[in-house]
Amino acid sequence: MPVSLRVNGRTHTVDVDPQTPLLYVLSDDLALRGPKFGCGLGQCGACTVIAGGRAIRSCVTPVSSVDGADLVTLEGLGTIESPHPLQRAFIDTQAAQCGFCLNGVILTAKAFLDQNPKATDVQIQQAMSGVLCRCFTNVRMMDAIKRYREKTA
Amino acid sequence: MTAEQTRRDFLKSSGALVVCFSATTLEPFALEQGRGGAAQRSQVDVKLLDSWVGVAADGSVTAHTGKCELGQGIQTAQAQLIAEELSVAVESVKLVMCDTSICPDQGTTSGSQSHPTNFNHANLALACATARETLIDLAATRLGVPRDQMTVDRGVASARTDPQKKVTYAELVGGKAFTIPVNPSAKRKDPREWTVLGKPVARVDLPAMVTAQLEYVHNVRVPGMVHGAVVRPPEVGAALKSVDEASVRSLPGFIKVVVRKNFVGVVAEKPWQAMRAAAALKAEWSAGSGLPPQAGFYDYLRKQPSRDTHVVDSGDVDETSARAATIVKATYRHPYQMHGSMGSSCAVADVQSDRVTVWSSTQSAYPTRSGVATVLGVPAERVRVVFTRGSGCYGINGADTVAYDAALLSQGVGRPVRVQLSRKDEMAWENYGFAYVIDERVALDGAGNIIAWNHESWAPSLGGRPGYETPGNVVTGMLAGFEPAPFAPRSPAPPPAGRFNNGSNAAPSYVTGCVGGACGGTGTVKSERVLTHTIRSPFFTGPLRSPSRLQNTFAHESFMDEIAARVKADPVEYRLRHLRDPRLVDVVKAAAKAAAWETRPSPRASQGPLAKGRGIACVLYEGDNGYCALVAEVDVDRASGRIVVKRLVASQDCGPISSPDGMKSQIEGGALQGMSRALGEEVTWDDRKVTSVDWRTYHSLTLGAQVPAIESVLINRPDGEAMGAGETTITLVAAAIGNAVFDATGARLREVPFTPERVKAALAAPPSAGL
Repeated sequence: MPVSLRVNGRTHTVDVDPQTPLLYVLSDDLALRGPKFGCGLGQCGACTVIAGGRAIRSCVTPVSSVDGADLVTLEGLGTIESPHPLQRAFIDTQAAQCGFCLNGVILTAKAFLDQNPKATDVQIQQAMSGVLCRCFTNVRMMDAIKRYREKTA
Repeated sequence: MTAEQTRRDFLKSSGALVVCFSATTLEPFALEQGRGGAAQRSQVDVKLLDSWVGVAADGSVTAHTGKCELGQGIQTAQAQLIAEELSVAVESVKLVMCDTSICPDQGTTSGSQSHPTNFNHANLALACATARETLIDLAATRLGVPRDQMTVDRGVASARTDPQKKVTYAELVGGKAFTIPVNPSAKRKDPREWTVLGKPVARVDLPAMVTAQLEYVHNVRVPGMVHGAVVRPPEVGAALKSVDEASVRSLPGFIKVVVRKNFVGVVAEKPWQAMRAAAALKAEWSAGSGLPPQAGFYDYLRKQPSRDTHVVDSGDVDETSARAATIVKATYRHPYQMHGSMGSSCAVADVQSDRVTVWSSTQSAYPTRSGVATVLGVPAERVRVVFTRGSGCYGINGADTVAYDAALLSQGVGRPVRVQLSRKDEMAWENYGFAYVIDERVALDGAGNIIAWNHESWAPSLGGRPGYETPGNVVTGMLAGFEPAPFAPRSPAPPPAGRFNNGSNAAPSYVTGCVGGACGGTGTVKSERVLTHTIRSPFFTGPLRSPSRLQNTFAHESFMDEIAARVKADPVEYRLRHLRDPRLVDVVKAAAKAAAWETRPSPRASQGPLAKGRGIACVLYEGDNGYCALVAEVDVDRASGRIVVKRLVASQDCGPISSPDGMKSQIEGGALQGMSRALGEEVTWDDRKVTSVDWRTYHSLTLGAQVPAIESVLINRPDGEAMGAGETTITLVAAAIGNAVFDATGARLREVPFTPERVKAALAAPPSAGL
């Protein structure tokens, strides 16, 4: 079944089983490197994309349910030459180890701060409570997110 | 570098590869590969400079290393090393890591050995020093300037006295091979003159990572690639009886079911189709072998046939103990824990009739090459493993096993196959970190000093790193019919032989470690016995960040605290009283100073609902590979049993610091990973199978966790040997937190993880319980 997806400002039509989780369409059919399979259960955040301004777990989201929605993946924020301010904050704080979780961390934080620009530290912590980093880069990542909050406030 | 680029480079460069099959004749020089190294089975000759480093026509430097980036920052540190020794900018260094077609065989990237291996006086560092000296010689000759009047900066060699007399590396050798051997006496730069090493250089890979441009193995795509999924047995020890391919034949995209003894996998056109087919496949399995009950597992371990080893035995522990004023003893327990990689493991394999290519995030490129060859039944020379970045692995995640999965499936369908494990398959079958039960006993004299130390441990082990020979050490190899390394019980333990080896930190820091007349320990206690029992594990085990070192150190450092409390001594002062290694003394003092340690005995046992305390622990990691001390400050909520770690202060000495921010990052990550392991992580099982198979059933801290402030004191030793920094801090966390809880409450935690239930039970127990 053809599904129309708008990803990072570009429209793609893919012919897939409508029950296919969005993640597979993004990472396989569209060959995007941002959204990643971490658990396939919506528990870790690695597959996060922003859909209509909200962070969603693409590994448990049937592709048919986002037909026509405006999707943003990590590559949609900025580039190596011109990173998004939140990506810049992660570079400035050197907030990564293996980097596998970065997609979920950055997109979850962005979606939350876009809607809650004056969030407190505790609120940010709550917003990030469903996101894992098994290298435990917590300190630098939270620092990066807070720096971004200060800059955009 | 993308997979496409790597392949192009390979095609371009493979014609120029130096083929040297005589490398099996090992000389001491070639063996200096650290503990990860093994028999050399590479066509890349480590004695030739061109195997390590080259200068391109544009002046950029390309280096080849067998130590790969796992997230620990070693790519950047190695780029710093190369830039420093060659006097070029970090940005002009290209590093190819762990591609078996062009990189030297440096065994496994593990054991905190990348620094000892590549940052001292051999291997990559020596090759770079050779290159610099050679380039200066060439420049001096070209310019007609005496060699000692030459200086080099950013790839330009010039005369000190006349800067107009200059020549670039590109002009000297650009694009051409050196065709000389690595010079064993090439001189490295004095660390005091470093301008790139020792400085906080930004991670070279981070901009690509945060913008989703970095290629992980999960992103590798090759033409004609299809997707596989595996079907693991439903229970530990179950054998395959039958598979009904017809049950999935009509599913969309289905290509084939591949069976090899107990290995079962499904291949389909798309990843989701493969996962659906794997879930739908009807397969009949025999009943499993059954598992010992988790309740009582530690006692079970004591009763099994074991392989016994004396790490040290002065022969007089019982005699010394008989005249002691006081005997103190305690038992500590540590569960199996997981690597639990964030991304389940993935590999892409392309098995063709004449060659095999595997893209893998394995920590062991060359051993994986051999393992894949064995599993497929092809010569290793035909296999190329291209290391490609993966999810953090911390020892051995599923990267090796999934490389075999992909290879078997590709061989089965004759097309390139990508496999990514499900979360459950990753967690139910990985090589877990060892469970341990440890009995500690000391004898004290009338003044409260330790006069004898007896340590006895029981730990289950099965499989591990496959190495070059043993693919059955991980689940896919075993399912495909290869045996894990054999278990050979041996009891009683023979007397210790050779040199004192504290690679597993089985001996506490406070003993002299005397074997064969030489004493390699860091402490003063002469009457010493360390006896270990290895038992066959029902589950696969393997090195998990600080393997055995962490478990042993949890016991030693908790126990040292118990002894200090028994004699009413300050925990720092009591440690220093029994240490003789000045560098270990220094890290203990540095951590205590930075934490503003208040000298007094523990416990403070403060009253009120929220108890506050501090604890310390220290270690010389592996007995010779990094000094560290850690102070933890905690709050304990008496009612809920919840521990909140407020502050962690680590001091570390790992020789000359090559990458200070990288070292800090490893301290921070190690501290919090250690905290997650100390507070919540535990593999669980029922009578048939593992039950901790996702992030609801295996309890990791998330980014929402309340985390402590982490402070690091980095002690630089420019004249020392480079040591590891990745596993030191984590080794100490459970002990430091447990000691802080004791200081706060007087309750002693002797079993990891420190769940609220266990904390409450300890709070309710009488002070001497468990002793």
